Amino acid sequence: MQPRPLVLKILDFASVIVLAVATYLALVFAPTEAVMGQVQRVFYFHIGTAWVGLLGFIIAALAGILYLVTKDARWDRFEVAAVEVSTLFFFITIVLGAIWARPAWNTWWTWDPRLTTAAITELIYIAYFMLRQGIEDPERRARFGAVYTLLGGISAPITFMVIRLFRTIHPVVVGSQSAAAQGGFSMTSDMKTAFFFALFAFTVIFIDMMWHRIRLGNLEDKVEQLKLKVSM
Amino acid sequence: MTNIKSIKAEGGLTEEAHPSFFKATLAIIQKDLSAEFRSFELISAMLVFSLLVIIIFNFALELDVKVRQSVTSGVLWTTFAFAGTLGLNRSMSVEKDRGCMDGLLLAPVDRSVIYFGKAISNLIFMLVVEAVVLPVYSLLYNVNLFRLDLIGVILLGSIGYAAVGTLLSTMSAQTRTREVLLPILLFPVVMPVLLASVKASNGLLTGAEFSEVLTPLNLLIVYDVIFIAIAFMVFDHVVEE
Repeated sequence: MQPRPLVLKILDFASVIVLAVATYLALVFAPTEAVMGQVQRVFYFHIGTAWVGLLGFIIAALAGILYLVTKDARWDRFEVAAVEVSTLFFFITIVLGAIWARPAWNTWWTWDPRLTTAAITELIYIAYFMLRQGIEDPERRARFGAVYTLLGGISAPITFMVIRLFRTIHPVVVGSQSAAAQGGFSMTSDMKTAFFFALFAFTVIFIDMMWHRIRLGNLEDKVEQLKLKVSM
Repeated sequence: MTNIKSIKAEGGLTEEAHPSFFKATLAIIQKDLSAEFRSFELISAMLVFSLLVIIIFNFALELDVKVRQSVTSGVLWTTFAFAGTLGLNRSMSVEKDRGCMDGLLLAPVDRSVIYFGKAISNLIFMLVVEAVVLPVYSLLYNVNLFRLDLIGVILLGSIGYAAVGTLLSTMSAQTRTREVLLPILLFPVVMPVLLASVKASNGLLTGAEFSEVLTPLNLLIVYDVIFIAIAFMVFDHVVEE
């Protein structure tokens, strides 16, 4: 096994630090929101994890297309890494959102477009893992995985548009002033610092975890090849 | 092997080495339909299943007059979706089990022909089932579902469902878990179709204004076009050996 490259070691270290700083900024530095109180602090990590969750799914769909075009197994490992890390982050987003929603909306869950789309997206990627699990041939597994991430990546936004027809109570914090009644709020500059730092922190953590997952994928691949060699 | 023969006999493969796209697609549809209308295996299973689902809904939701008004479209689309997976699974596993798929792949035609052929025959099976379920539902619950606009929505929804379903059932048929996997793969991806169809049908049945129905209808058309195009592009990768 190759030792961790220096950049990755630095990135590991940086991930821990930025997570600590982001936690400090969110829990201590940022002022308490006037109406919602302390629970609003969940928002910084909620958006941070949601951002990398979505980023990962877009990356996965692109990697899927690249795999189908080039048939290079590296893109497949890239895609798996992105989906796996994103599925985890997206799950955290949903849980954090529910924690916020309980005091703000007085319910853990509503069938709002964003919440519903998030749940369906999460289910799409769970189905993705079940699909991969059911296929033994690694080449076919990669092909089917790529096709499915592509389908999922296109279907999720359309789902969002369709459910939006029904109605929404999810606040739009950035770029809209009309949502105050639904639990929206405008950010002070300290809040913005905490907000943007959380985005940055989770991006760093995301890259770090992706990198580790890709290395793990390479190792899995090697193990599979060695197993084949032994059995022959 | 009889399937290949029937393609030859009916699709005119013998007349020319490379039949036109249209002709070849038609041959596959013809093969599926003649196989189906000989045994009625698939359609009868879908039909009986649909009726059972409606009966279950009748008791689960206690479909009295008041409830019915708001849930009719939901009940219909759930029934179609469940019966649809049954049909899709069967239609693909028949190809897989008897090695017909290999025969189809050997045919000197573009792979997308196979996709369109299978998708259209799956669509026809769905439509046949829907054509029976609608009057039965109308009869049982004393509502008139025979409206051109509603039939249009059902047609659009079924097209999207069959387009994605055919692609995914081709995939799931090649996995270890097979039948179990199809609904898990299909339902989250086909969600926009079901939601938009329910929204549009509900609007029509409750007599909403047309502008309200127009948006889900547009999204339905957009979904159909996008996913037919994608399935057309990626089907090659799904049947590659």
